[in-house]
Amino acid sequence: MELLVSDAKLVSGSRWLFVHSAAVFAFLYLPIAVLILYSFNGEGVGGFPPHHLTLDWYRTLFADRPIWDSVLNSLEVAFAAMVISLTFGVPAALALDRAQFPGKTLFRRLVLLPLILPGIITGLSLLMLFNVMGTKLSLMTIVLGHGTALISVATTEVFAGLQKLDRAQEEASLDLGANYWQTFWRITVPNLKLPIIGAALLIFTLSMDEIAVSFFLIGRDNTLPLEIWGRLRRGITPEINAVSTIIFVFSLVAIVFWYRLRVRGESAAEGGTR
Amino acid sequence: MFSRAYKAAVTLPPLVWVTVFLLLPYLLMFCYSFWSVSESQTIVHSWNFANYGELLRVDVYWQTLLRSMWIAARVTIFSLVLGYPLAYFLSFYAGNKKDLLYQLVIIPLWVSYLVRAYAWKTILGSTGVLNTLLQYVHLTKHPLEFLLYSPFAVVLTLTHIYTPFAFLPIYAALEHIPRNLVEASHDLGATPGQTFWKVIFPLSIPGVVAGATFAFVLSLGDFLAPLLLGGPSGIMISNIVVSLFGAAYNWPLGAAISFCMLLLVVSLLVFSERLEKKWSFS
Repeated sequence: MELLVSDAKLVSGSRWLFVHSAAVFAFLYLPIAVLILYSFNGEGVGGFPPHHLTLDWYRTLFADRPIWDSVLNSLEVAFAAMVISLTFGVPAALALDRAQFPGKTLFRRLVLLPLILPGIITGLSLLMLFNVMGTKLSLMTIVLGHGTALISVATTEVFAGLQKLDRAQEEASLDLGANYWQTFWRITVPNLKLPIIGAALLIFTLSMDEIAVSFFLIGRDNTLPLEIWGRLRRGITPEINAVSTIIFVFSLVAIVFWYRLRVRGESAAEGGTR
Repeated sequence: MFSRAYKAAVTLPPLVWVTVFLLLPYLLMFCYSFWSVSESQTIVHSWNFANYGELLRVDVYWQTLLRSMWIAARVTIFSLVLGYPLAYFLSFYAGNKKDLLYQLVIIPLWVSYLVRAYAWKTILGSTGVLNTLLQYVHLTKHPLEFLLYSPFAVVLTLTHIYTPFAFLPIYAALEHIPRNLVEASHDLGATPGQTFWKVIFPLSIPGVVAGATFAFVLSLGDFLAPLLLGGPSGIMISNIVVSLFGAAYNWPLGAAISFCMLLLVVSLLVFSERLEKKWSFS
């Protein structure tokens, strides 16, 4: 009898949790649903119910040169930032995992700080650096900003991967006469393939979306978020909904791709140990 | 196993890069905060505490800082109230749907922060989706004006943005709780409520602390949501910094405020790290 009572309580408790979770999901997805819906609304943004469903805003968007220029800029920046973050983030993870040096704790904190620091502080401190060095602001300064801030992402992901890595393989490679360079490229990197690809995808999308750091380091050319920001200040148009919808769809494809890759990687790893 | 050359090769390049592009800029920010601006709008490199004195003396600075902290505190509480039960549901009741639902919490993060803030603006505006909906169903006659350009709009939007950030560490902490502890508690006669408050919740505190830190720190430094949705009463401390670096042209004073924020954030991080350690069980 007692068991039954506690089960009933458990069920009512979980029903309450279920309703709460459904409400949170609704809250999280409401703006996204509105965003997508109103990209097809002939009457512009806002106004319920939406009417005159149309693709006009997508047509306007495709003819809009400045937007596409800014998309290209963002893609270039994201790619370059990804290269910088991985170039320094992967060795940083190896250093944190394997080397002992004075100031290691400070180094670790410093590398990871931009992950949690509000973008305004990272952006402004770099602005002052470039100002003192006399560097002109351009897409290059944004690349340096994103690349530096996102080292934190590469380092966290790769460091987590290193914790699971079996060092025996690297040891064997070194014993069998391969040098460190060969061992790094043939053993370490292939074993860290998943965290590295994961970090690369994450860095790429974070950089595509980033606005707080870019806000202070922008030169003549806009990235997409800054182009959108500029237009928002002038008034709102469903074109912004349309471009955001397209990017959202691309992101979803990237997530599904990454998820598949990880599932396949994990099952391959399980197959390997069997 | 790894030679000195290997260790140097993996340590030096990131060390140099981080020193030049992270440590040096923070130090420079510290230096700037002691300088001043002359009548002719040039930076004077004379060292004094005038900027910090001004921060203490002029009410608007510390009042705005307090208001920002109050906004960030509300965002933190709401994110936890929304995020914790969600994480608990996913971890303990979602069964084989767990992975799918987890992905569903993450996906909104892939829509640009700016775009989501903008979407809330189109929902909350006086001719926005919500107001026209309320009039359409005859719940209200006139648009509700308090929805947009108010601290309410800022808190709502930031809660939307940081709930997944609060959720993630809580979920990770709940997932790490050994399930046999929960079973043992049931077997020994504890009610579900007792099991939750005496076993599960205490073990999830490190996740709650990490989630709260994320939500508080990131919303404290936000300046875009207030610009977009806050109106005059929703101005936050970062907005003052932005104007000091822009139209108001007083970089040194802006640097002083930024440096105070940096100190505040770093001390919060150290404090929350302590708390997490204190409550972790492994």
